[in-house]
Amino acid sequence: MIRVEIRKLMRRPRTWISIFLLCLLPAIVAILLRVTHLGPRPGEGPAFLSAVLANGALFPAAALGIVLPLFLPVAVAVIAGDAVAGEASAGTLRYLLARPVGRTRLLVAKLASVLVFLLLSVSAVAVTAYFVGTGLFGSEPVATSLSGEPLSTSEVIRRTALVVLYIAWSMIGVASVALLLSTITDSSLGAALGALAVLVLSQVLVTLDAAGAVKPYLPTRYWLSWVDLFRDPILWSDIERGVLVQGVYVVVLLGVAWANFMTKDVTS
Amino acid sequence: MIVTHGLSKKFGSVLAVDGIDLDVRAGDRYGFLGPNGSGKTTTVRVLLGLIFATSGTAEVMGQPVPRGLKSALPQIGALIEGPAAYPHLSGRANLELIDSSAPGGSRGTRRTRIDAALEQVGLASAGRKPTKAYSLGMRQRLGLAAALLRQPQLLVLDEPTNGLDPQGIREVRDLLITMNAAGTTLFVSSHLLAEVKQMCMRVGILDRGRLVLQDELETLRAPTGRVVLRTPDVAAAVTLLDGRVEQREGDRLVVAGLAPEDLVARLVGGGLRVHEVVAERPTLEEVVLSVTGAGSDRVDSARGQAGPDSGSGPGVAP
Repeated sequence: MIRVEIRKLMRRPRTWISIFLLCLLPAIVAILLRVTHLGPRPGEGPAFLSAVLANGALFPAAALGIVLPLFLPVAVAVIAGDAVAGEASAGTLRYLLARPVGRTRLLVAKLASVLVFLLLSVSAVAVTAYFVGTGLFGSEPVATSLSGEPLSTSEVIRRTALVVLYIAWSMIGVASVALLLSTITDSSLGAALGALAVLVLSQVLVTLDAAGAVKPYLPTRYWLSWVDLFRDPILWSDIERGVLVQGVYVVVLLGVAWANFMTKDVTS
Repeated sequence: MIVTHGLSKKFGSVLAVDGIDLDVRAGDRYGFLGPNGSGKTTTVRVLLGLIFATSGTAEVMGQPVPRGLKSALPQIGALIEGPAAYPHLSGRANLELIDSSAPGGSRGTRRTRIDAALEQVGLASAGRKPTKAYSLGMRQRLGLAAALLRQPQLLVLDEPTNGLDPQGIREVRDLLITMNAAGTTLFVSSHLLAEVKQMCMRVGILDRGRLVLQDELETLRAPTGRVVLRTPDVAAAVTLLDGRVEQREGDRLVVAGLAPEDLVARLVGGGLRVHEVVAERPTLEEVVLSVTGAGSDRVDSARGQAGPDSGSGPGVAP
């Protein structure tokens, strides 16, 4: 069943269009930077962009930083929100369940295909950004970490790979919210927008001092901590907390999604 | 094949299915009749495990619903409330996906089974077109093909001829009857009386969630004991039959208390010409209306959609 879901994902034009758009956005930023040479001042704008002007090999990390706050969550929410609700509104859900595909199996397969989409899109952004970055800005054999220490090329690649994994994992929270809503409503649009609403709420609360008490538990609280992977030595504390917070969200939300889906009357 | 006891389903405060006792036997061609909104689809969904019953029990192919459905469903082909397909994929790709999504369909025979199913429903050449370009009738055929993919022992079909033209309806009916002859049990839910009349041997009639009647079609349509007579010599016949005429309508008389053979003998003996003599049988429509209550709006709307049962409804073979 997991293979079937992945095949469905791969055969949908929408999958490839959203990955293409995710890759295109950083490329546009890179071209503008190359033409104008106006990097954001340190502390402003997306992380790393000023460093990219000197070394294109850092662009994958910068590109992930560009798509992380908005575009990637939107794409993930759309795909995960469509997972069950899309089948329901197309009417195929009843035929899958009557085939019979077990409800747990279906949910696990849907989750797996969302994970595949996540890894695929985040890796695609990193890889295209590497070529765009080195093509436009050239690459230096030695990059500089945020702490000012030199990083070898292999170290940059290793850390970029870690960033890919961390950002993909950060998106799992969004995916779980969307998947949960997807089992509740029959409208994939509703599920995707609901997940984004949760996201926006979390983003707003993160910046709000009055929400200090709940801040450490917000799903987006540690999203930007991936930057710590480019410090020397790597600052693991926030990364670890980020992984943990997302993990809790995944377990709780998917648990609720499973419980809801198992007992749901499928009337679509 | 399908046995339910007091099966009920409540949606909120609405009782959609109200304590029905279905009994579909192996080899049956069972027609599940009822106006739209009478609970047919809800019942079908409960039987297939999509909806959970509020009370009562159900068994499908000897397995309790929903616990035992895992082993029963692979041998059931279903069409539930219209076909559904992934619009951007071809009919063939759709069948491949649905077949490979659940265990039981061997991969080695998949291609030949898909070919056979497409051939059976008359889609052999259109299997490669994306389904969004399909006509309503083609979608319906594809849905049937999906139901036939695994040579099911039980076919649960909700409005199987929906969207088909008269020729298509006939093809599908012939196909289903052939399959039934080969051992497949048919459970056809429909609001089309003509369809059920021509396809089914047993009927269950649902009205506002209650199963108001379940019997052999032959029994339901048994002769009423009256005889319908057509004769050019109407006035003479009425005199001759002396009080036995219950209805008179142009040259058509309904006669009670005489077997057809006796009636003919008496008329011929009296020197009258006889155009037609038929033992009167209730039409399925009359049976349905008598048990569902003619005053109800819902029956009226079903009657409008079903068309006159006596002849010109859609799909009636000449």
